[in-house]
Amino acid sequence: MSKDKSNKGLLGWVDERFPLTKMWEEHISKYYAPKNFNFWYFFGSLALLILVLQIVTGIFLTMHYKPDGAQAFISVEHIMRDVDWGWLIRYLHSTGASAFFVVIYLHMFRGLMYGSYQKPRELIWLFGMFIFLALMAEAFMGYLLPWGQMSFWGAQVIISLFGAIPIIGDDLTLWIRGDFVISDATLNRFFALHVIAVPLVLVMLVVMHVIALHEVGSNNPEGVEIKKHKDENGIPLDGIPFHPYYSVKDIVGVVVFLILFSSVVFFMPEMGGYFLEHANFIPANPFKTPEHIAPVWYFTPFYAILRAVPHKLSGVLAMFSAIAILFLLPWIDRGKVHSIRYRANSFRWLLTMLVISFIGLGYLGALPPTEIRTFFAQVFSVGYFGFFLGIWWISKNEKTKPVPERIL
Amino acid sequence: MSSDDVDNNRRRFLTAATVVVGAAGVSVVAVPFLKSWSPSARARSAGAPVEFNISKMEPGQQVIVKWRGKPVWVVRLYTNILATLSSVSDKLRDPKSDESIQPEYAKNEGRSIKPEYLVVEGVCTHLGCSPTYQPEVVAGFQGFFCPCHGSKFDFAGRVYSGVPAPTNLTVPPYYYVSNDVIRIGEDGAV
Repeated sequence: MSKDKSNKGLLGWVDERFPLTKMWEEHISKYYAPKNFNFWYFFGSLALLILVLQIVTGIFLTMHYKPDGAQAFISVEHIMRDVDWGWLIRYLHSTGASAFFVVIYLHMFRGLMYGSYQKPRELIWLFGMFIFLALMAEAFMGYLLPWGQMSFWGAQVIISLFGAIPIIGDDLTLWIRGDFVISDATLNRFFALHVIAVPLVLVMLVVMHVIALHEVGSNNPEGVEIKKHKDENGIPLDGIPFHPYYSVKDIVGVVVFLILFSSVVFFMPEMGGYFLEHANFIPANPFKTPEHIAPVWYFTPFYAILRAVPHKLSGVLAMFSAIAILFLLPWIDRGKVHSIRYRANSFRWLLTMLVISFIGLGYLGALPPTEIRTFFAQVFSVGYFGFFLGIWWISKNEKTKPVPERIL
Repeated sequence: MSSDDVDNNRRRFLTAATVVVGAAGVSVVAVPFLKSWSPSARARSAGAPVEFNISKMEPGQQVIVKWRGKPVWVVRLYTNILATLSSVSDKLRDPKSDESIQPEYAKNEGRSIKPEYLVVEGVCTHLGCSPTYQPEVVAGFQGFFCPCHGSKFDFAGRVYSGVPAPTNLTVPPYYYVSNDVIRIGEDGAV
């Protein structure tokens, strides 16, 4: 690339042996992103920030935590009370988990709004969905580690989901637990998966997500392809280099995020029982289910779908389909226009319906079931799946608005 | 190098053969790792039978016995409740216990050996929560109520219809060692 001009000094020495400058240019200083990124484009870089935060705080937590059925709960109290600044590191980690999902859900919503999953970005979306899946696994297994009542019974319920699979179900749950009940064996393997296996997968997927993004180029709120119009040097006319333009913009996002994030860490780390549930301050007791068990808020929409179906296997299938159907979105949506700005009004209605259903399900999933709530959960579940059916339906002959050639 | 003398069939065969042998090797090596997740010898031996003396139980009392790390309930039912068991049959999903798990000797109306003493695993057949014993009527219901997803069971551990739990509570193998002592975890000698 620029071998002839920057062939001097330490950097030149490195560049001859490792593509440092080349990578820097490709992904940062000469990665041309559309010039019209708005508020919704903060969340990708914020997700990366939280990933780093979770890895760093996680490493320090493992230095004091004991993955042992008899000591786990006590070691978490030890971190909170005896370890210098241990409370801060743990609250950063526990708040970081919730913040991760806030940011990821907003990031996914951005993708839905501007059609970032559509051709040619299907693989970016798929890698992103696998990241979402890995993140859910990571959060679920991490939640078992404090070994409180909610850790135990939450894991009991989720692992029992696999028992609904015909024929192999019971053997499969036994294999996952490594014991006849959730026990020390389960805790140990979840610890191993939580601290090393899943994070490795997660980091690799994030790398693939970014490489795929930089290969095809970023989408934007107008949903037009900036690569269609390039200048004589092959640089998109409506593109600006990621660094310094978006690196500086993202710093603003980071500052605002950290203000909000640290307010939660310092003033309401339990978030009224939504980030850290009250029942989890009681050590795990395999003989007593808490009065009311609910997953942490980021799982409640899917949990509400599970409960909305009054049949074990169908409920489990409905819940898993709610996640699986997201993977298929690039092929369900047959539309050619990317951005909500130029799509038919019916698209806006469908997206509104999805958001209301998702929030409604999330709200209901956190509450104990009553007849009227179950009814509403069923309505919202129909709304959730209805979005995908609706998108498939309307995108066949969609009345779109004229899409501009370039970004103004 | 000229490509005229390359035997593509031979090359494809060798590639395929290498892939197959490699895949077979990987699958075989995966077995020990996958097997290591099964319950260990210690976990299996902890599944040994336990004995429990029922002579001191009051009518209506529930005692939780630990077997295989699971709660097993021993409940001495009120005699007037025994009489009600047949009256709820039409509200149950599986009144005859045809689809539920229990030893043959407990496949009867009371799902027990001696009708007065119910022995069941206190694990909801829906998603594994432990239901609450409600000997008195609370909110229009008595029996076993699962707080997690609202499943209901009668005093024989039989599931009501219209709740998420698919089958009746599981009855573990057990037998009476003597008149007062039950042994949970194995069938009695026939």
